Amino acid sequence: MSNPNPPTIEEARVGGGNVNPTENKLTDRLSHILADLGKNGIFIALIAVVVLFAILTDGILLRPQNISNLVVQNGYILVLAIGMVMVIIAGHIDLSVGSVAAFVGACSGVFAVQWGLPWWLAVILSLGIGALVGVWQGFWIAYVGIPAFIVTLAGMLIFRGLALVVLGNANIGSFPAEYRALGNGFLTDVFGEFEIDPLTLGVGALAIIALVVQQVRTRRGRQKYSQDVEPMAWFITKLVLVSVAIGFFAYSLASYKGIPITLIILAVLVLVYGVVMNRTVFGRHIYAIGGNRHAAELSGIKTRRVDFWLFVNMGVLAALAGLIFTARLNLAGPKAGDGFELEAISAAFIGGAAVQGGVGTIGGAIIGGLIIGVLNNGMSIMGIGIEWQQAVKGLVLLLAVAFDVYNKRRSGGN
Amino acid sequence: MTTDILEMRGITKTFPGVKALANVNLSVARGEVHAICGENGAGKSTLMKVLSGVYPHGTYNGDIVFENETVEFKDLTDSEAKGIVIIHQELALSPYLSIAENIFLNNELRGRGGLIDWNKTNFEASKLLARVGLRENPTTKIMDIGVGKQQLVEIAKALSKEVKLLILDEPTAALNDEDSDHLLNLILHLKGQGITSIIISHKLNEIKKVADSVTVIRDGKTIETIAKTDVTEDRIIKDMVGRDLEHRYPDHTPHIGEELLRVEDWTAHHPQDTSRVVVDKVNLNVRAGEIVGIAGLMGAGRTEFAMSLFGQSYGSKISGRVFLRGNEIRTRTVAEAIQHGIAYATEDRKTYGLNLIEDIKRNISMASLKKLEKYGLVHDNEEYKVANEYRTSMNIKAPNVLVKTGKLSGGNQQKVVLSKWIYSDPDVLILDEPTRGIDVGAKYEIYSIINRLAAQGKGIIVISSELPELLGISDRVYALSEGRITGELPVAEATPEAMLKLMTMEKPR
Repeated sequence: MSNPNPPTIEEARVGGGNVNPTENKLTDRLSHILADLGKNGIFIALIAVVVLFAILTDGILLRPQNISNLVVQNGYILVLAIGMVMVIIAGHIDLSVGSVAAFVGACSGVFAVQWGLPWWLAVILSLGIGALVGVWQGFWIAYVGIPAFIVTLAGMLIFRGLALVVLGNANIGSFPAEYRALGNGFLTDVFGEFEIDPLTLGVGALAIIALVVQQVRTRRGRQKYSQDVEPMAWFITKLVLVSVAIGFFAYSLASYKGIPITLIILAVLVLVYGVVMNRTVFGRHIYAIGGNRHAAELSGIKTRRVDFWLFVNMGVLAALAGLIFTARLNLAGPKAGDGFELEAISAAFIGGAAVQGGVGTIGGAIIGGLIIGVLNNGMSIMGIGIEWQQAVKGLVLLLAVAFDVYNKRRSGGN
Repeated sequence: MTTDILEMRGITKTFPGVKALANVNLSVARGEVHAICGENGAGKSTLMKVLSGVYPHGTYNGDIVFENETVEFKDLTDSEAKGIVIIHQELALSPYLSIAENIFLNNELRGRGGLIDWNKTNFEASKLLARVGLRENPTTKIMDIGVGKQQLVEIAKALSKEVKLLILDEPTAALNDEDSDHLLNLILHLKGQGITSIIISHKLNEIKKVADSVTVIRDGKTIETIAKTDVTEDRIIKDMVGRDLEHRYPDHTPHIGEELLRVEDWTAHHPQDTSRVVVDKVNLNVRAGEIVGIAGLMGAGRTEFAMSLFGQSYGSKISGRVFLRGNEIRTRTVAEAIQHGIAYATEDRKTYGLNLIEDIKRNISMASLKKLEKYGLVHDNEEYKVANEYRTSMNIKAPNVLVKTGKLSGGNQQKVVLSKWIYSDPDVLILDEPTRGIDVGAKYEIYSIINRLAAQGKGIIVISSELPELLGISDRVYALSEGRITGELPVAEATPEAMLKLMTMEKPR
């Protein structure tokens, strides 16, 4: 840091002030790729897990039907993981989401089945109840100042209890078809019946195009502002790899039943929350609060308000997860949502979130959730019992975080 | 047999990509107080970490000879066994344990059956406390005594380990004048008992007071070792920065305009003990282009005043009126204060100023994200551009703005904090200890930045516990004592003697 003449913007553009481009180009590229691999370690872990189980299950894992199942079976955990990683980035935790999901699922049963309300009204009311739960917990955490761990531990008991009260010791079942579609419906056969659904393929193609356009635009924008960008070859390699993955995924779905409704909900959530966390003032404030609450407060950030809305948001997402789960089982039962909070928290941490807060991404949490999903699914196909599945998942969580810690220490971070 | 207790020969230590120490030599005579000076990042701390075994033998080149014996320390325990004890700037005490428990931490006095003998522990602790001149009960908890006393506990702890060479890393950085004096006298007292000390310090006057010789390090190299009789401040500064500092404070011709900020009868109480008045009917004003200093001893209520004014970040039962350009404004929340054009750069950047795990860019934009918002989204390329402009204009030494602020030196961190507040475009900036823990060269840069802001017509309030600095940069100074303004002087009339008299003026009772 004792360089008396800091590189100018012009110099910075050619990559850390290298004046001689030919000499350092190769090492520069390599270091870029290595740094990227470090950052994308979680992504590589997902690929490794997928490849491992594809081999162990003789390819069953990657069969179209199973790919489709993977999405549908893990949808509610991924929805929870999105809210959970936000809460964790702000330096909190939420232990209550499983119970809240059960409670809201039970309420939706009362609305849609017992009262016979239209499915859409039942859904809206249920999400509203989730929001109210969030208001309740957010109030205690943000404005009374009770640690989230305690408030949501209490919430875990309170809402589990309330779920049982609402259910009245019985299951509520047989939901209307439109409601059930949330959990196991497919968008398919819109253009008639085909062996391979054209709509799904089209959406897949659109997704690839959108990704490429967005990436290229971001790259151009960064170049316009003289920022460092990754080498072209690596940029293209990465795009091709991701595009192939999306293509394969779309093809698999298309040759089974088409696009699961759950996937559509998820895709919208990931896009919206990705933008919220990266590009909005609210998202930035969450990171700032998690990184240093005092500094954030003294920078004029209304930390209490942010905390409050985070928990309202978590409540709504927990409600949504409860709806998807109930719809999938076509049943609101007392054991619903058991252990969801732990899977969602694991997903966030496997995905690179830090216990101290300030660090984490929506994408990371989704990938973390998928790793757990593939583990569950792969081991089930192999016929491994639930007891060993638990043990393996625990071990993976520990190793993932240990790897992260090791990685940070090696790169000299704190 | 030489008289040197310690000799470090040809110490070279490299980190990936950086040579932190290059062939450093250091000789410390038995029974002396040896000062080590150097700018931040010069390599002082690295050298001490090599000496104390934090960087174990094998990770550096060169020899360490301690008491005529070549030593190869594997860790801190190794060096402590030989009688080398290092006391870090950030004290390593456990706040919830008692003084005695801290002194004998990991060195517990055991009685029968291997259980801790508490009577003996407290008795031995009180003997050690007497040696360092600390009148406290050994069962008092660390959190209940001030920083100055905690420093003494650290020394007592070192004494319990039968220290021969005591290393103190900036021991007075967080202390007020009185506590500093006590500590320095204690070092001299221990010298009388045959304990050799190495003291790392920025403060030239205290070096002159206690040191028998001074070694200056710059850019990982030893520049020279100066004997006590030859030590002058100018020589040390010249060695440290590698050039003459003709003026320690940049020239500043004030162009003072109309009044920007006026505070009337500002009163604040202690946040817990709400009957205790901490800030007592403070009246002051700042005009455009003016640098106003607030002087006060530790505990006078300087920071408390500033933070209570800045969105009531401190205190309870706050009353008083604030006027900006003659119009009364409300500053009940930080957001309101910022919106009205007030900025406050804290005295404690690591705890209150920066998000250390985040990069320079996001720290600079933290207080002004609304300015970067377009269609509800933060324009991140614009943010990068803005941050880069500040990196250039404030001379923040970092390869780019994506460097995490936790990795910057104190001076560069301070420049990031200042950038954050300048970008929020305030009319009045309150700078609380703007040069604390910063080396001489960076201090000069900070002073220049302050002058530049004043020249742009902003009103600046500087709070500092270093009186020479305050008198060096201000146009006008207020003295604060026991929460009250006890005087106001134009800088031409503010002699250190006059100021000290005002700063120690007690409340009429």
